Amino acid sequence: MTSDAAAATAKLLPVVSLAEIFRAFLVLGATSFGGGVVAYLREALVVRKHWLDDETFLAGLELSQILPGLNATNMSVYVGERLRGLPGAVVACLGMMLPGTLVVMTLGVVLTGGGRMLDVSTVLIGVGAAAVGLLLETTWKIGRPVIRQFSDVAIIAVTFVAIAVFKISLVMVLPVIGPIAIWIHRPRREQRA
Amino acid sequence: MTPFFSVLAVFSLLSILAVGGGAAVIPEMKALTVGAAPWITADQFGQIYSLGQLAPGPNMLMVSVIGFHVAGASGALAALLGFFVPSGVITFLVGRVWDRYADNPWRAAIARGLGPLTVGLILAGAWSLAKTVMAGHGPLPYAVSVVVALILLRVKINPVFLILAGGLTTWIASALHVLPT
Repeated sequence: MTSDAAAATAKLLPVVSLAEIFRAFLVLGATSFGGGVVAYLREALVVRKHWLDDETFLAGLELSQILPGLNATNMSVYVGERLRGLPGAVVACLGMMLPGTLVVMTLGVVLTGGGRMLDVSTVLIGVGAAAVGLLLETTWKIGRPVIRQFSDVAIIAVTFVAIAVFKISLVMVLPVIGPIAIWIHRPRREQRA
Repeated sequence: MTPFFSVLAVFSLLSILAVGGGAAVIPEMKALTVGAAPWITADQFGQIYSLGQLAPGPNMLMVSVIGFHVAGASGALAALLGFFVPSGVITFLVGRVWDRYADNPWRAAIARGLGPLTVGLILAGAWSLAKTVMAGHGPLPYAVSVVVALILLRVKINPVFLILAGGLTTWIASALHVLPT
């Protein structure tokens, strides 16, 4: 390996073992709450551990948002892949999912399974209502920087009405509205130069 | 088709439709698990989603509970594999070549174009969830939603505390017989 290549590799890939990746994501999976996983990820991976620089992190976040899937698991796959290829992606994703899965399965089987042990349905009404509030805040946070011209409001409205009012399936909505939304913001020649 | 593969198929479809994340796919998930193949009731769907908010990590791990209701432990596994593997594989493959397109103007165009689409999808998800978990219980749950959203916009606080407080609020209201059920 030439010294240039070695330097480039060293810059991109700190040497991190699979066990370290798994442990880091296990902690993140156990301590991040309420859909705010991205903030926890950045704090742990960029600020504390220096496994990634901010530029790489933001590129991964953009990718995670464009592609289907949750930001949390997509980012786990992306970061794990950067650090250790396929095995890295697998252990990062497993670590991220394991603690929450154990908690939700335990709660789910005990509380909503067959032999209902105690009735928590009145608690869950408030939990669900708070979750809706959390989604509204998320919508506002994502939406504010996104709305810059009339077409942005139109795309939001058409998407919402198609699904919430007309109950049209995503199988139809995404292939129609997706390309239109992208075409509106297609690269113009003067920007390309 | 065995229950395992039915669950795997439904959640695999949801996985590749989940542009904009988990909340964006709530209406479709409800349609496919409550409507088409009545695996669970609408009430159960709302309760299971709410439960998922009490667990740490990604907020759609509750798909495992839906799978469990269909086919036990193997159903839970099928739901998790279906919902997380297809999108994970796509991210893995695209992630490997992502740097090559760093300067491609279409990359920014896609991100910019999908932004408003994502907002519309999440809003539809919130609407679907609101109808499922709050309708028929009087004005209190709506008040809880609005207060939680306002607090989160103004104060830096871990949302899990507000989610627990929301649950406590309706539980107390129910104990005082002021929450219609």
